Amino acid sequence: MTLDASTHGDVLVIALHGQLIVGNRQALKQRVLDDIEGGTRKVVVDFANTGYIDSSGLGVLVSLAKRLRELGGDLRLANLNADLRTLFELTKLDSLFQIAESREQALASF
Amino acid sequence: MMSTAALDFRVPSDLAQIEAIVAQVVHRCRECRFDARLLSLNVPVALTEAIANAMVRGNGEDVAKEVRVRAEVSEVRLVIEVEDEGAGFDLDACCVDPTTPERLEREDGRGLFLMRALMDEVVRVEGAANVVRLTLRRR
Repeated sequence: MTLDASTHGDVLVIALHGQLIVGNRQALKQRVLDDIEGGTRKVVVDFANTGYIDSSGLGVLVSLAKRLRELGGDLRLANLNADLRTLFELTKLDSLFQIAESREQALASF
Repeated sequence: MMSTAALDFRVPSDLAQIEAIVAQVVHRCRECRFDARLLSLNVPVALTEAIANAMVRGNGEDVAKEVRVRAEVSEVRLVIEVEDEGAGFDLDACCVDPTTPERLEREDGRGLFLMRALMDEVVRVEGAANVVRLTLRRR
């Protein structure tokens, strides 16, 4: 998994390429935590190029969202395929995250 | 005539090894014409969870300790056994419901839940506490 980070106004967009799983989740976590340290409070994770996520990946998203909300911000998700949506529904995490159809919608939601 | 293909891996407890094993098992299931959804969701996620569990919980991420993954794939079903070098643990005692309001915002605790949700059966192998067997019927 690799990630591309870009800034759109005051929103950090992280585009993932590959699966977000136990062996690489720390890269996403550390990148976002570093940006939070630098003042970022709004984050979009774009899953357009991700096939699946495991429980560790889901856990990192939960942890980062919690941290951002504590600071008055949020982490929102975009471009989930049908499998990813199923994972969020199974775990009921669809109730915890704002999930947008596209990156543009996610950006506009802030 | 039914054909069965077996895969057998022994790898150190290095989390970076997981994706390659998963890809080979998925490839074999594709050859046996498993449904596309099983190939893109059920098999990769459940197998990733099982191997990660073995490496992290079973072997404590000690790279000197190995995880063995055996997969038998046929036109009827996929059976995977994941073995670590740990003492084993009680699956039922470890499988909590991560969807309850008090657990929903926890970072951990979804691995076994997902394995059971995505496979037809997840059990400890009788007489071998450190071996987990996952079974998925082809559809």
